[in-house]
Amino acid sequence: MMGRLWAIAWNTFREAVRDRVLYNLILFALLMVMASVLFGQISLAINRIVLINLGLTSISLFGIVIAIFIGIGLVSKEIDKRTLYTVLAARPVHRWEFIVGKFLGLVLTLTVNALLMSLGFFAAVFYVSGKLGAADLPLLAAIYFILLEFVLITALALFFSTFSTPVFSSIFAFALFAVGTFADDMRGFAQMASGATRWAMMGAAYLVPNFSALNVIGRVAHDNAIAPRLILFNTLYVVVYAGAVLTASVWIFRQRNLK
Amino acid sequence: MAAIETRDLEKSYKTGFFRNKTKPGLKPLTLSVEEGEIFGYLGPNGAGKTTTIKLLLGLAFPSAGSASVLGHDVRDISIKRQIGFLPEQPYFYDHLTPLELLDYYARLSGVASDVRRRAVERALSRVGMSEHGRTQLRKFSKGMVQRVGIAQAIVHDPKLIILDEPMSGLDPIGRRQVRDLVQELNDEGKTIFFSTHILSDAETLCDRVAVLNRGELRGIGVVADLVCQVSGDVELVWSGPQAIPDLSAMGARCHATGEVVRAILPERQLDQALEALRSNRARLTSVTPVRATLEDYFLSQIGQAPDQQSAGKEVRA
Repeated sequence: MMGRLWAIAWNTFREAVRDRVLYNLILFALLMVMASVLFGQISLAINRIVLINLGLTSISLFGIVIAIFIGIGLVSKEIDKRTLYTVLAARPVHRWEFIVGKFLGLVLTLTVNALLMSLGFFAAVFYVSGKLGAADLPLLAAIYFILLEFVLITALALFFSTFSTPVFSSIFAFALFAVGTFADDMRGFAQMASGATRWAMMGAAYLVPNFSALNVIGRVAHDNAIAPRLILFNTLYVVVYAGAVLTASVWIFRQRNLK
Repeated sequence: MAAIETRDLEKSYKTGFFRNKTKPGLKPLTLSVEEGEIFGYLGPNGAGKTTTIKLLLGLAFPSAGSASVLGHDVRDISIKRQIGFLPEQPYFYDHLTPLELLDYYARLSGVASDVRRRAVERALSRVGMSEHGRTQLRKFSKGMVQRVGIAQAIVHDPKLIILDEPMSGLDPIGRRQVRDLVQELNDEGKTIFFSTHILSDAETLCDRVAVLNRGELRGIGVVADLVCQVSGDVELVWSGPQAIPDLSAMGARCHATGEVVRAILPERQLDQALEALRSNRARLTSVTPVRATLEDYFLSQIGQAPDQQSAGKEVRA
């Protein structure tokens, strides 16, 4: 089983890294990080804050774009091109193995991309600050949370890909990302409401993926520490949420007649 | 043990905006393919051939009935180690080279790492693609992709090989090579189930064939036996008058080339036809029985008479 999962994940990774579009996006993200050094220089005394805000936001946004761009085609493209026929028809591969393997492959791709972009980011931080030390550790936590964002958005894009076209999948995934970015605000609004509206809003706020909890870029830019408890909770949240979304993806995909 | 066995296997699709209409894809199908035979699955486009294959391979789920492959229910995925499959108009991961692609499939099939490389190279060699092993598939022609497709179907040394339109996209040399390969695999004891609408390939290769039309099995059996079921025709050749009304009334299909006229008509009407020729003072050159072909049988089963298919200059006698 592990061998098959790894083979599917590795093939997904290999497909992504041989796509030129991916390199263009990474290059553009690195340019954004470098540009943030310039923006920092024209922002008196807050150059480090600007660099961290712009740099980490670039890594996050470009990663999200890559996750959605590739994730929405993970299953639907395979069905359209019928490449999965030779995998599922005549190999002892369970449908859930295919879904989970694809998921792991894209998460691996995004992790490698994020590491590459982070190297560029830390080089920029070193250039601006003249050093890298223990005070920069919260930056690692922020990057870890960005990786958690990628895990969530990959699971969502894959989920939509199991039953929808790439165009609709990308709309759904971007919409959920946008709404999830304001999940904390939604909870705040729900607290202020009353009656059925309160419960409906509260339900919606807890149902959408909470991307706002994963965004600590502002905090680390101002050198605030990240509590270990938050790291643990966010990790658990993403594992449970992405696990539930993947389970739903597998359930849908298992029912599908492949045309 | 049968390599493939279906019992009342049926597939229908829900259609319409509210999914309230039902369209039959495959009507209850009962057939058996024995181990070691080459079985041709024939039918025009949309007959239900690919639907049957999808049901056998678990890509689609039956609406009713059951199917087994090599003695196992089709839902048992462990049996897939023993199955090779080439889809119709295959498309593979074109970022990979044939060596990488076959290695990927061999891994998924559970081929041990110590023999995998050799298995991959042997499969590529059998389809004549060894020298292209390190070229990305996106640079290949349709015929080359088809060959790689056949290689991936045999890389894990399966017992049963299912080929959906394997000759499609191949030039005459390629078709010949695939025919030889199919025969060679069968000689090694493998069961071959292939769907095609190229009847000459089926006639050359198959031990038995089944004809499917509009989702319904119309006939199954040994090619020679099926062909015998088609009523025999005779060909008359004469020189002289081209228009003979009596032959026209018998439904003869006539073709004139200068002075020489050829007519094909059912054998049972031979005596009457000869009488008509004599009375019209035609000079008879030959009387030859026309051997029925698989095509004749096929056309008769799908409800199209051979004369509807024939082309060329034709005159009514």
